[in-house]
Amino acid sequence: MLEARDLTIKYGHRTAVDNVSMSLEPGVVTAVIGPNGAGKSTLLRSLNGSLMPNSGTIHLNEKPLAKFSRRAIAKQITVVAQEAELRFPVTVLEYVLGGRFVWVNSTTWGWESEHDLQVAESVLAATELRDLSSRMMNELSGGERQRAVLARALATEAPILLLDEPTANLDLSHQATLLGLVRERCNTQSCSALVITHDVNLAAQFADIILLMKAGKVVKAGTTKQVLVPDLLREVFSVDVLVDAHPISGVPRVTPVH
Amino acid sequence: MTSSRQGNRNRVTLRRTLITLLVLLVALVIVVGAASLLGSERLPVSNSLCALTTLGTRQCGLTSDQFDILFQIRLPRILLAAAVGGSLATAGASYQALLRNPLAEPYLLGVSNGAAVGTMLALLFFGSLEWSRPLMAFAGALVATLAVYRLARGRVGATPERLILAGVIVTTFLSSVIVFVTTLMDATRIRSFTFWLLGDLSGANTSLLPVPIAVAIIGAIILTLNARSLNLLMLGERDAFDLGVEVGRVRMTIFLVASLLVGSSVAASGSVGYVGLVVPHLTRLSVGSDNRITIPSATIGGALFVIIADTIARTVIAPRELPVGAITALIGAPLFIYLLKRV
Repeated sequence: MLEARDLTIKYGHRTAVDNVSMSLEPGVVTAVIGPNGAGKSTLLRSLNGSLMPNSGTIHLNEKPLAKFSRRAIAKQITVVAQEAELRFPVTVLEYVLGGRFVWVNSTTWGWESEHDLQVAESVLAATELRDLSSRMMNELSGGERQRAVLARALATEAPILLLDEPTANLDLSHQATLLGLVRERCNTQSCSALVITHDVNLAAQFADIILLMKAGKVVKAGTTKQVLVPDLLREVFSVDVLVDAHPISGVPRVTPVH
Repeated sequence: MTSSRQGNRNRVTLRRTLITLLVLLVALVIVVGAASLLGSERLPVSNSLCALTTLGTRQCGLTSDQFDILFQIRLPRILLAAAVGGSLATAGASYQALLRNPLAEPYLLGVSNGAAVGTMLALLFFGSLEWSRPLMAFAGALVATLAVYRLARGRVGATPERLILAGVIVTTFLSSVIVFVTTLMDATRIRSFTFWLLGDLSGANTSLLPVPIAVAIIGAIILTLNARSLNLLMLGERDAFDLGVEVGRVRMTIFLVASLLVGSSVAASGSVGYVGLVVPHLTRLSVGSDNRITIPSATIGGALFVIIADTIARTVIAPRELPVGAITALIGAPLFIYLLKRV
């Protein structure tokens, strides 16, 4: 379990995250929504120790995050970035095996064990990348590459997933598949996930809890029904919206009214 | 057979790495043997091989002059060539992975020039202290590396373009320092110094020979131990950090060790260019870009490359010699153009 209390993060004089408290519970998918510059990514980056907060505390399993080594954090928390960093050519399998970094040790002379390979195989299968595993990452389509990014994050077997706009470059069907995978993982293996997204309806469909942020502050945190109400959304996004129920799933559906 | 199994089969494994390194080591032994037979003075082949295989404990019918040529002149020079080549290729491969830039190379980054300035200052001010040269060369290499790295780091981080530009700035600045110091020297020293700057292995027979050899071996081992972190760093620092790489510690280790490798080889032989560029590229083309195999293979490959280049340098217009740096650049530049066109 990951818990942040009274978190404040500043870039120089600008306050990016302003006194935010939140927690990620096992089996729960939390979505963070809010306009550009609301501090969503900054919040996410602080949760795995990439950014040091100016004040406030972050606890991982009731112990301060700062007390953990880099490796120990990486075993517990994994990040799915918006895009893969790829400055040298690698195959999909090599890329995904990168997720096993913290698990490989001197007993196998720094090489991946059979178990590491099995984990890689299973996440490749789950992300429907099995047939592409010997292809080069830079030859894949945007959607395939983003699935590989998720596959690598899943290969770490970390129980806490932080996803930073993972669907920004994906088409409609792949957005749903990717988040569906995360959802299923959290249901079956009781992992917790934090998903930053600009797609309010996608958040409504896959998240249990929504964190609505504006100018570094959490305006409202709660279930989709509690957060996705016209007044709050108008306040945060400065646009009039119509909220009704999705005809099939029944979750709130948000439509901007111009 | 599914494609995923196939991807697995093409993957670099410990077994494949060991076999590759074994093959390269056998090649190295053969090349060392062959190179020690070649030179302006013809040595009897079977007697020399006999003496070499007994590591000089028996003379095997060689005259004492021949024995001395073999063990006092040629072998030290070949071993130095191996150490210099291994050091530069290892440093090049590591810089390329760390800086995420396939064009990073000790010579192009100004690291070699930094080491050269350090060596020159040691010669000028502590001429009598032999140890001051590798130490000052290491300091010079380290300062140049950090200067290039700082200059290259813009608001968006160090892009490959900025890095090369920073390297050019530091290289040209240090070149003018070298010219300035050279003009302060007397005429006879200038010639030998110019030769040394181009990369010259003729100063091999010194008591310091074990230093570059030990540095090359230890450096290659330390960098290979960091190869898995480098594999992730090579793709991107942010992702490497997220996956558990201690980015700061690894970066410092690589900078220190690579500077040490460049410093020790420049102090011993001047700036032998292109080794750190060409050898890692050829290595990646033939064994792939997993640093666990690339780095140690580049070490042995670099040793092979410089031994061969130096053998050409001292035989092609024998009894006169060419600086080995001229040969590596002659082989390296066209090869690099060819590599660039393939990419």
